[in-house]
Amino acid sequence: MRRLADGLALGYVVAVYAFIYLPVAVLVLFSFQESRLPIPPFDGPSLRWYAAVFADRRLTDALANSLLVALLSSALAALLGFLAAYGLARYRLPASGLQRALLTAPLSVSYLIIGLGLLIMFSRLGVPRSLLTVGIGHTVINLPLCFAITYSQMGAHQENVERAARDLGAREWQVMLLVTAPMLLPAILAGFLLSVTFSWDEFIIAFLLSRFDVTLPVEIWSLLRSGLNPRNNAVGSVVFLFSFALVLVMELLLFRRGRRR
Amino acid sequence: MAAVRAARRQRLRGFAFVLPALLWTAAFFLLPFAFMVAMSLWRRVGGRILESWTLENYADFFGRPHFLEGLANSLEITLTVTVISVLFAYPLAWIIAEKVPERWQRAALMLAVLPFWTSYVVRSYAWLLVLAHDGVVNRALLAVGLVEAPLVLASTRTATVIGFVHFFVMLLTLTIYANLRQLSPNYARAAADLGAGPVRIFLHVILPLTLPGVMVGAFLTFVLAIGDYVTPQILGGNNELVLPQIIMLQIGRRADLPSASAMAIVLMAVVTLVYFACARWLRLERA
Repeated sequence: MRRLADGLALGYVVAVYAFIYLPVAVLVLFSFQESRLPIPPFDGPSLRWYAAVFADRRLTDALANSLLVALLSSALAALLGFLAAYGLARYRLPASGLQRALLTAPLSVSYLIIGLGLLIMFSRLGVPRSLLTVGIGHTVINLPLCFAITYSQMGAHQENVERAARDLGAREWQVMLLVTAPMLLPAILAGFLLSVTFSWDEFIIAFLLSRFDVTLPVEIWSLLRSGLNPRNNAVGSVVFLFSFALVLVMELLLFRRGRRR
Repeated sequence: MAAVRAARRQRLRGFAFVLPALLWTAAFFLLPFAFMVAMSLWRRVGGRILESWTLENYADFFGRPHFLEGLANSLEITLTVTVISVLFAYPLAWIIAEKVPERWQRAALMLAVLPFWTSYVVRSYAWLLVLAHDGVVNRALLAVGLVEAPLVLASTRTATVIGFVHFFVMLLTLTIYANLRQLSPNYARAAADLGAGPVRIFLHVILPLTLPGVMVGAFLTFVLAIGDYVTPQILGGNNELVLPQIIMLQIGRRADLPSASAMAIVLMAVVTLVYFACARWLRLERA
């Protein structure tokens, strides 16, 4: 009886994992297709579609744009989030509940609506759409994350160390920069990396707020009009690999921190 | 007196740290929202935006079957996805939490949610490959002899649901697993001491105790799925449009920002209503 239940459980897990990995496996496998259609039978392996991806100026430009937007907007979100978390965790401020609610509010609104609101505002104010406006949009969606992660990690332990630093004559900015920030570095980095992955993958805000220079998901979107194509597989695999690497770095960082505790 | 002044100075200094983030959120989240509300009360007439206040965009939305159908499609698809995803994710999370040895649990969980991090445009495209006329699924079904002609899977509601379920099974596995792990094993032990069998323990102890967490995950699923444009657009195609697709049509093809804004606000209102309907369970978690 018990054997049977365990067998069923194992079968279930294998089936769900297969479902989860099916699209990724098909995507990556047929990116190495030799012929022009990414459907069975597989006739590779061939690297010709990867060569095509890296030879395409528009794709490599979009890739560079995506990296630029992701890194800068995430850095800004991490900085603003850390400062706000420090202020709200270390000082008794009036209406602090309301301030926290406002800072995390964008989490509960869909990206489409955030993008549409910004699109309307920028067009009414005559701000041209560009990578800058995309970056602003991505900072809006990532700031709540960075704030929430950093805020949740600010405990009494660090506060005692900060107090000791103050007693030893450190100024406020020295305390924050030389004591608090290094102690919270794992949380700040986790927020930053999570933001980078979200910004790197984000489509709808980037689509609404960009014009001539686009990010990679927007460029891929326009490629998809050409239908099924091994080149799309190749570029999709590259995007996946990058996200995967980021998540791995994040996991290692968090894992290391978890073990130290 | 001096103490009061010192306290105020402290507060001001603390506020200075929070201010940049508050200003950012006000300028690029609240203000755009205000612009959107105003826009939803204006009209687009003959290619220009007429800045006189009216509720006509909302009346249009609720007056036209085409738009209401979009809302109905959105709700149907989202509810289907939420229910199916919970039903798939719960057993997986339970098996990982209960059957997998402790030291492998984290790896098993990581493995289960890794494709979560593929970009959603790419993920939907990958499902298109799988479900295509000559795709892997149809080839397999034909080879086994389950079907005689390839099934039409791409550009259907089924494809949209599959794409969504794929994403949310991963998300829900994470949240439900976290929930199961928080549960003290003493509950199950106490029930066992009182003579309950494994099935009864699960149905009467574990399941009710994890329900609040499941509701939070289900609500998250609902919110993310109902606001998504990419998955239905790539996988569902142009039949049975959902609300975000209709909103994007207003923005793109028709450049009708007022009616797009009104629809976006209707969408937000729906999410808010659902939130209040679930609030009873959602709040339970904190208690």
